[in-house]
This record gives sequence, C-alpha cells and structure tokens, in this order.
Amino acid sequence: MTTEQGVRTSSMAQALNAALRDEMRADPAVHLLGEDVGTLGGVFRITDGLAAEFGADRCLDTPLAEAGILGTAIGMAMYGLRPVVEMQFDAFAYPAMEQLVSHVAKMRNRTAGGLGLPITVRVPYGGGIGGVEHHSDSSEAYYTATPGLHVVTPATVSDAYGLLRASIASDDPVIFLEPKRLYWSKDELDTTAPSEPIGRAVLRRAGRSAVLITYGPSLPVCLEAAEAARAEGWDLAVLDLRSLVPFDDATVCEVVRSVGRAVVVHEASGFGGVGAEIAARVSERCFHHLAAPVLRVTGFDIPYPPPMLEHHHLPGVDRILDAVAKLQWED
Amino acid sequence: MTVLDHRPTAPVPPWLPDASGPRTDPAPLLPDTSPVRVLGTPALAKYDPELLRDLYRRLVVGRRYNQQATTLTKQGRLAVYPSSTGQEACEVAAAAVLGADDWLFPSYRDTLAVVGRGVDPLAALTLLRGSAHTGYDPRATRTAPLCTPLATQAPHAVGLAHAARLRGEPVVALAMLGDGGTSEGDFHEALNFAAVLNAPVVFLVQNNGYAISVPLTKQSAAPSLAHKAVGYGMPGRLVDGNDVVAVHAVLAEAMDRARSGGGPTLVEALTYRLEAHTNADDATRYRVGEEVEAWRAHDPLVLMERHLREADLLDDATVARAAEEAEAVAATMRAEFHAEPELDPLSLFRHVYAEPTPQLMEQAEQLAAELAAEQAGAGA
Repeated sequence: MTTEQGVRTSSMAQALNAALRDEMRADPAVHLLGEDVGTLGGVFRITDGLAAEFGADRCLDTPLAEAGILGTAIGMAMYGLRPVVEMQFDAFAYPAMEQLVSHVAKMRNRTAGGLGLPITVRVPYGGGIGGVEHHSDSSEAYYTATPGLHVVTPATVSDAYGLLRASIASDDPVIFLEPKRLYWSKDELDTTAPSEPIGRAVLRRAGRSAVLITYGPSLPVCLEAAEAARAEGWDLAVLDLRSLVPFDDATVCEVVRSVGRAVVVHEASGFGGVGAEIAARVSERCFHHLAAPVLRVTGFDIPYPPPMLEHHHLPGVDRILDAVAKLQWED
Repeated sequence: MTVLDHRPTAPVPPWLPDASGPRTDPAPLLPDTSPVRVLGTPALAKYDPELLRDLYRRLVVGRRYNQQATTLTKQGRLAVYPSSTGQEACEVAAAAVLGADDWLFPSYRDTLAVVGRGVDPLAALTLLRGSAHTGYDPRATRTAPLCTPLATQAPHAVGLAHAARLRGEPVVALAMLGDGGTSEGDFHEALNFAAVLNAPVVFLVQNNGYAISVPLTKQSAAPSLAHKAVGYGMPGRLVDGNDVVAVHAVLAEAMDRARSGGGPTLVEALTYRLEAHTNADDATRYRVGEEVEAWRAHDPLVLMERHLREADLLDDATVARAAEEAEAVAATMRAEFHAEPELDPLSLFRHVYAEPTPQLMEQAEQLAAELAAEQAGAGA
C-alpha cells in the first residue's frame, strides 16, 4: 500500500494511518509499539499495513501490559528513538498511569533538560459507539492535570493527520486522544497542506449570539446544535480547541469577548473536568465582556453507563440548546 | 475432587498443543540453591590481583561515603539518605562491572553505584539534599536518574537495551532493585518484556531482607527471588551479596551473556542493610539486635580484607592508601555541603517542556515579579 500525496477523501482512521506511515518514512527513529499493532494492524486498523512496510521491529507487537509498553517506550526514547505507543482503549491506559505521571511527564524536568522524551501516546477515547464498560471513558482530565504532558485531540480528518504528525515530531511527550466515534467520519484530506500547530484553537463556525467551546467528539454535535439554533434566531459560533495543553487562552478570550456568551461542551464528566478549567479561565479574563455566566454542558458525574443508556449521558443537541437558552437573551 | 483429578488420562489429541509442557527447559534456568561465593574458596586464585585490590579500595571508599552521607543528614545538610552501609559489595560491583557505554538504572538507595560510575559525589546527592532532582547529565554519564517509585526504572532499562540492540550497538543496561521492588507489577512486566524481546539487560535485586519494615517472608513466598526468573524464561542467579568478588563475577557473566545476544538475567544478591531504611526510620521496631550483629560478622568490607590478607593479596600500604582516599572523599563532601547551594527560583519553569507553554510563561513572570518585590522590600 502506498500513500498518495495530495487531496483525497479519507476517513479519520485512514488519515491517522497515513500520518503514521508518512512520519515513519520521514524519520527512521519513529517506532510503533503496543498490543495488536503489528500483524492485526490494531483493533481499529490505525496501524494497518505498517508492520508489512516497516518490519516487526518498527511496528512492534508487545506483550499485553500497558505499564510495560509505556515503560519500554521510555527507555527507547532515552536511547534516541521516537516511540509512538498505542493504548488500545481509554480505560486500558490506566495501568500505565504511574509510568506516565512519574516518568513520561517528569523526565525532562527531573533531569534539567538532559532527557526529554519525545513519546506520542495514542489513546482512542470517548463513547457513542456502543462499547461495553471500560471501552468508552473520556480520560482527558487526568492527563491535563499532569504538568509535562501535551494533550491534543483532533475533531476533523485534516487535524487527525496534521496533529498526529506534529505530535510525533514534537520533542515533548504528547497524549494524542482519538475520538473513537469519529474514526469513520469522512472528509477531504490534503496531506500537502500546512496544518495549524499544536496549541492553537480554530473557529469552525463564526457567530454573534454565543460561542460553543468544544473539542474532539463533541465538535460535530456542536456544529449540529449551531445549525438547529438558527430556528431560534441564535447565531452560534463554534470553537474547536484541538489542544487542551497548551491551552489557547488568546483565541478563546478573543472569541468570548467579541460574543459575550459562552458554553463549554464536552462528554467527559463535568466535576473537576476540563470544562471547569475553561469556565474559570474565561471568567478570570473576560468577566467584563460577559453578558451571562459561562455554562457547561457535559456528561453526568457517573461511571460511563451501559451502551443502551449512553445516549442519556452524552451531551446532545437538545441539551446544548437548553444551555444556550439559559444565557439571558433580553439585554 | 481437585483440579488435578481432571487431568486427561488418555493421550492428548495431536491437534491440541500440549499446554502443560514448558516451552523452555526450566532446569538450566533454575538457580543454585546456595549462593555463589568466591571469597574463602579456591576460586579466588582465578581473579586478577589488581581487580581484587581495586574492588577492596572501592569498598573502603564506599563505606566512608555512606558514613559521611549519614552524618550529613544528622547535621541537616542532606534531607534524607537511604544508606547502603552493609550493601557496599553490590554497589561497588555494579559500578565496576559496567563498561563506559553501558547504562545504569539505579534505585534511590544506589547513590554509591552512581558515584562508582564516576559521577561527582555532590552531583549524585542533589536529589537527597533537596536542591535539584538529578544533579548529573544522564546522557553524558550513561546513568539514569535515581528512581524513587519502586521498580518503574526496570522497564526503562529494557527499552533502552532493546533500542541499543536494534541499532546494533553492544550496550547493556543494568537495573538495580530492592527485594520490595520485586512485588511491584512493573518488575514483572519488565522481566517479561526483557525475555520476550531478548533484550541485553541485567536485573540486580539487592535482597537486604526488609522493605522498610516488612521482612522478605511477608514479601514473597518464592523459594528465592532468583526463582522468579524461571517463569519468564530467563536464568536466575543467586549470589552472596556481601562477597564483592562473587557479585562482580556473577554480574560480569550476566553482562557478557547479554552483550553476546544471550538475553536478560535476573541476579539476586543476598545482603543486609546494617542501618535503618533512612534516617527517618527506627529499625529497632522491626528487627532484633542479634540479627544485626550476625550480619556485622559477615560485613562485606571485613570479609574482603580478611580473605585478601589470608591469600597474601593485600598489604598495609594498599590498606593505608585506600583509607587516605576515603578520607579525602569525605573531606570533599563536607566542604561541598558546607556551602549553601545556589538556587535559581526561575529555573522551576525551565525544563517542564522543550518550549514553555504560554501558561507557564505567565507564571514565570508572576514569580519574577514576586522576587523583584521581595528584593525591593529587602532593599528599602
């Protein structure tokens, strides 16, 4: 299989595969490792065909042990490789949390810059695909609360390609959160087009009434809500964060100040979540520009529910519109 | 009726693999039931007298280093020191057996091994002094940071050794652990990965009898910690951890094996921590004086000096020179720790990321302003 350079229609899964292939071609130091990434090509086929092209050493099927996978990747990075780790599902990454928090995130700091770890940890995350328990967690708050990690999450096919290439090229460790339910979303992908760098938010839709601030799997839901809101006479902007760490305060504040009303939308639980951080930052920086409090629309504060009930938990268009309706329009 | 009663009596059908049969013959992997010893045996004659005198010298300096560091904690100049007094043979042998290109992955008790690699004593102690996390350049010294979480450095050693082998470079990684660390999941994952990847790595477990206060009998029901190697398909070796020549010999053999493509080895060194876990610990609450006294009689330094003298391999001049060197090291440590460390508060933000985030730059400006205000206040 070869990668065609240029414009083509691609799924997000294919875009991620192309990004891995192109980085591996560009830099022999890039090595993939994880459970099932080799012969099988990953349970979501993100690494499909890479073992065949680059060999079993560069696309390594490991024993099933996440701490061992990430710990081994740390040693490989210490010796000059650029490991890309696949954690098969969000909740399967938890056994590796000690390696992540105590070593991946801190090694550069512990060694005064002597040992940076250019590791990319790919984590398929979030629900909405009918997965049974332990297959649908939104674990981003654990990662964003850990200094030393970059945390990015694409919501579009182009960002899946561009952000993954940028993550692998980064000299810092990156938690790359892949929204599972967008794996099969399709769009035009131009692999030759320059992409926005890590750390910058992108306005996906302009609007004057309020802004929906979101990322990853909730972006298409917010765009749908913005479309539906036109019937109510509301003109909603939609801001895609793309990167949770570093956080793009500048763009977020610029949009919020111009619009005056904001709702943060994500499917992870709300309490202690990323939305709480965003609401606090916006309130601290834009208080005098706000016509209403910053609201949050999130998943409930419950363990991820059984798949037949997950639609009650996940923020949908109606819940977003209900929040928008609370933003005191009569000023 | 037990599970064993369900074993098939008829032959297993040929299409069914025999899952009960070992894929690796465990017999060659099984360690000797008694630890390897060299001192006091005829095998001592095989060793180069210069190597033996060097190991002796390193033991003497190491003991003095441990004593001086412990004193520094009592003076409040070191925040904490997990002493390796009584375990110097393991520390010394680990450092001596490594080549310049090999990597050491030490635990928090292994400062002496780090110094044995040639790292400056003060630089090796910044973590325990509290002035900086790692005071030396890991890449230049091929020495990983002292690792405080238990056994988490073991998979790093495996990954580094694996990467070196992929590049065709003859590098071996040596990971040092304690007996408590062998109960951690990362220890098991590291051994399994090392064996599956055939990585050139050596695991040295210093079994000093206690994980802080918990004795080995409550840590593991295995016949020995070296036995744990067998389940992963790698050799396990049991050695007298107070016999510096034996530890050196067993480690050297494991290093050679790894370097020549033979894969990993687990070495269990039986030793004893003569001091408490750290200066914050009261060892009299969990062990009796008789036990400590018995191990004092088996002190690595005493053993080495006695056996080398008996074999006529050590003279008074060598002993005096080693003592002088040890005193010089202690004097340097005292002088270096007498001076207050130079600390730059703004360095806090310097190595969190390769490029600081906008959020960190804001916080650095905040601290800079606080420092400027403090200085202005002090000047007024």
